[in-house]
Amino acid sequence: MRRLWYRISPQLLIGELLEKRWMEPAVPFLLMCAIFLAFVVAIPDYGSIQQLQQLMRSFPEQALVAMAMALSILSGGIDLSVGAVFAMANFIALYLAMVLELPVSVAFAGALAWGALIGAANGGLIAYAKTRPFLTTMVVLIVVRAFYELVTVAYATDLASAYVDNAAWDFVGIGDLLGVPVNMVCLLAVAFAAHFFLTRVKPGVHIMAVGSSRKAARHAGINVRLSLFLAYVLSGMLASFAGFLYAARQNSAGTDTGVGWEVNALAAAVVGGISLAGGRGSTSRALIGAAIIFLLINGLVQLGTHGSLTTASIGFLLLLAVGFNVKFVKHKSKILQKIYVSPTLVDFTPPPSIARDSGTVFAENDRLLDVEPIALGKIEGPEDVILDRNDNLYTVNRNGSIIRFLAPDYEIREEFARIGGRPLGLAMDKDENILACVAGMGVYGVRPDRSVFKVTDETTRSRFRLKDDSRLLLADDLDVAPDGRIFFSDASTRYDLADWALDGFEGRGNGRLVCHDPRSGKTSTVLKNLAFPNGVCVAHDGQSVYWVSTWLCRIYRYWIDGPRKGALEVLVDNLPGFPDNINRASDGTYWLALVGLRSPVYDLAMADPSFRVRMVKQIPPDEWLCPGINYGCVLKFNDKGEILESLWDPGATNHPTITSMREHKGYLYIGGLENNRIGRLPLPDADPGWTSWDSYYGDGTTPAAVTAPAPARKAG
Amino acid sequence: MRDAAMPGAWRHYRPSQAMIVVILTAIIFVTLSAALPGFLSVGNLFTLARGISILGILGLGMAVVVIGRGIDLSQIAILAVSAAIAVSLINAGLPEGPSLLIGLLIAVLAGILNGFLVSVIEIPPLFTTLASSLLLLGLTRALVVPHYQVFLEHSSDTLQALGGTVAGGLPVPVIVFAVCALLLHLFLSKTVLGHFIYAHGDNAEAARLAGIATRPLTMLEYGLSAAIGYVAGVVMVASTSLMHLQIAESTMIFDVILVVVLGGVSLVGGRGNVMSVIAGTLLIGVLLNAMTIMNLNIQVQNVIKGGVLLFAIVFDSYLHPRDDETAKQGD
Repeated sequence: MRRLWYRISPQLLIGELLEKRWMEPAVPFLLMCAIFLAFVVAIPDYGSIQQLQQLMRSFPEQALVAMAMALSILSGGIDLSVGAVFAMANFIALYLAMVLELPVSVAFAGALAWGALIGAANGGLIAYAKTRPFLTTMVVLIVVRAFYELVTVAYATDLASAYVDNAAWDFVGIGDLLGVPVNMVCLLAVAFAAHFFLTRVKPGVHIMAVGSSRKAARHAGINVRLSLFLAYVLSGMLASFAGFLYAARQNSAGTDTGVGWEVNALAAAVVGGISLAGGRGSTSRALIGAAIIFLLINGLVQLGTHGSLTTASIGFLLLLAVGFNVKFVKHKSKILQKIYVSPTLVDFTPPPSIARDSGTVFAENDRLLDVEPIALGKIEGPEDVILDRNDNLYTVNRNGSIIRFLAPDYEIREEFARIGGRPLGLAMDKDENILACVAGMGVYGVRPDRSVFKVTDETTRSRFRLKDDSRLLLADDLDVAPDGRIFFSDASTRYDLADWALDGFEGRGNGRLVCHDPRSGKTSTVLKNLAFPNGVCVAHDGQSVYWVSTWLCRIYRYWIDGPRKGALEVLVDNLPGFPDNINRASDGTYWLALVGLRSPVYDLAMADPSFRVRMVKQIPPDEWLCPGINYGCVLKFNDKGEILESLWDPGATNHPTITSMREHKGYLYIGGLENNRIGRLPLPDADPGWTSWDSYYGDGTTPAAVTAPAPARKAG
Repeated sequence: MRDAAMPGAWRHYRPSQAMIVVILTAIIFVTLSAALPGFLSVGNLFTLARGISILGILGLGMAVVVIGRGIDLSQIAILAVSAAIAVSLINAGLPEGPSLLIGLLIAVLAGILNGFLVSVIEIPPLFTTLASSLLLLGLTRALVVPHYQVFLEHSSDTLQALGGTVAGGLPVPVIVFAVCALLLHLFLSKTVLGHFIYAHGDNAEAARLAGIATRPLTMLEYGLSAAIGYVAGVVMVASTSLMHLQIAESTMIFDVILVVVLGGVSLVGGRGNVMSVIAGTLLIGVLLNAMTIMNLNIQVQNVIKGGVLLFAIVFDSYLHPRDDETAKQGD
């Protein structure tokens, strides 16, 4: 039960949910649905078609004003004059259409021109005179409002007595298109256009950029002032468009028209999730927010609530939404950091002793003590090493290149090829191309002529998982099967290389074994939910793949061919350290690197996920308990899963973090993730002519065949 | 003030903004006295002084917040709500003292709530105070004062005296304003807390790093603003025996901001002092009074005030430019 709880951790779900871009608008959307449903239940006939049509008819104006507000907020400012601009545009449209009896198009143009004018005044003051948006537009609100009251009083009788039978005017006001009110159609069209403008059209994108970071926008060469100016002009025009629609629908200019709409619009924008800091938000969020406020006010009125309580609730909602918004923007990354690491349960049995006199095969010895260093100080982090048939040594470097050291003395260093990323595991295919797993990129190859090519950088995305895992995040080691298929490990789909120790700390099956088939060019995930699959090696007989789970300290065998194809078995369990790369040995066995050693404290911590949860939440990351990866060794095992011998470097001054070793012509070459050297150790018992390439692709006449049990190599 | 300097430095004398405003006021005053009949009557001057003093008291409260780089749009709402509740309590038969004290308590609590939201939740002050005034007003109207106005049904002599005049016809509100101004001046210029408020407004982050507890300080600023506003509210009630909630929806708050900004308490914070508020009050008071005498209606007055305020804001951002690349929303 406990195991299951930690396996499908809800924390994991929340952590990955928080990373999703669609999560933020989802909250207001659900809120909107909840409010609507609540009123459907509370008010009879609320969900009827007629009622819906009524709602849709009165919603667009408020939504447009909210969009106007949202636009100004997205630009990094605010436009409080939208309510007054709306009211005045309403009057102007009415006056032009009803009193002067001009065509609807003129009324429309007049209203929009008015909005643009006030927008230009706002924008001019804010962008060019550098005044504060909030106060500036607030004063404009007062002036325009006062102006509106003056003119409506002055023309009250004209407006009241005017009656024009204008079909187009009535169509805009009360017409339908396929049962949807015309103004709703207008709203959708405008919303779509605004969305397109803000996300696809240069000036619109510039407005968003200015809102996100004014400094960055300026450095990018954007005309910041012009963009701001434009934002306010457009905001004014949106508000006046709302005024035009309102005029056509209501045919009146009351004293309270548009009063307080700016507050509702502000609340709508913020509740919809548009960040007051600017640059974060979208048209759809403004619409969702507007719908929430509209439904709330409308529903409360229908329920007969005191009008002032509605005001109070808007004020409260505004405080709540802004507060949440401010805190969320500020702390999102922190929350994510705290919640993202989601430890799970790992039950270890005590490991075999490594004490010198313990008599186990793991007993510490001095066999790596006098390893000859190669390339001392000339290399940074040779995670893996490989040698070609001419004995040249290739290794990976931290800066993303493949480095070659020329035989025979390995004194001459040259950059063989530059891939980028962080190359890790290496392998060589039949054509003597070097294949490399590159963390953060995928699997890449380097031809003998030094040209780089991509093997694969994606795999099948797993279903029912929130996080998009189609990219290869941490390709670690690979090997080539006799039929040319490339098997490689993608160690973690949740952490990149910089955080690889965190993955261990989590102990969760985040990795996978992936297969790329060059014949079809397809890449597919073979095994998933593996706890940091690391080293990969195709067995001597070519029928199975050995891979290790670093955090579970196990070696697995996965059958890729033959009668047991598809079967998975644990070959070795409970290693005393964290296994890394596996490579073939000349005597038909395999070399295995231990990158670090287990400790009783760490084992205990792994068995207690709640302890690790507390640690993640309460202390800073650099003080977290980490897997001990400063002491390593090299092991040898055979196909039966027996550990045959171990090679230790006591004190680990030469080779602390051993991640790989490669046998070549009687020598063992040792690489390490953090080391500044490659080690070379003579193997007196080994076959002095054996090379890895021959073992994989040779004609089968190498002496290695004598000791290896029935190596079934395919010549093709 | 700081540059009104030593003898011998007169050539480098640059008049402070408050000084300019006072001179400007004097010019307008003389012009209006000549142009407007009835402006320079003793009766009108006392009316003017009475009107000014309430604006001035409010301006003092606002100045505290603005010096601390904030703004309090809810000042009038808090004033109206707390005074209305106090009046309602008196009407309900509670003794005057406790009622007024409860009103003060409500005002201060509302101010502290503002300060809390601004400093702890970190909602920009403009949003905080805009929303909190809606919230307070809505709640009060729904729960305590169902109608827009409450009349003071029976008033005591002391309260009436507050709205009356002393011998010679000088309105008491003017004295209240003077006392408030003196106290606030002493507080801002002579006490450590007063200096802290300047430091906070000058550079909030530096103040915090220097060890000033800026969060409680913010709450103090808003609480002080609300408390001083409440004094103005009590004076209003004493003068008119009435508290009308609609003043919270009027443009009165802009008059207050106008007073503060024109006088030289810049919105960037850390600038200005009590003299600035007095200077601003004189100017706005004279203008408002003149507009009333000229019989302009409210709308025209609003247009004119709006124009002046816009000018003042542009002028302020010209004098004290802010870095709009680091400015936060709602500054």
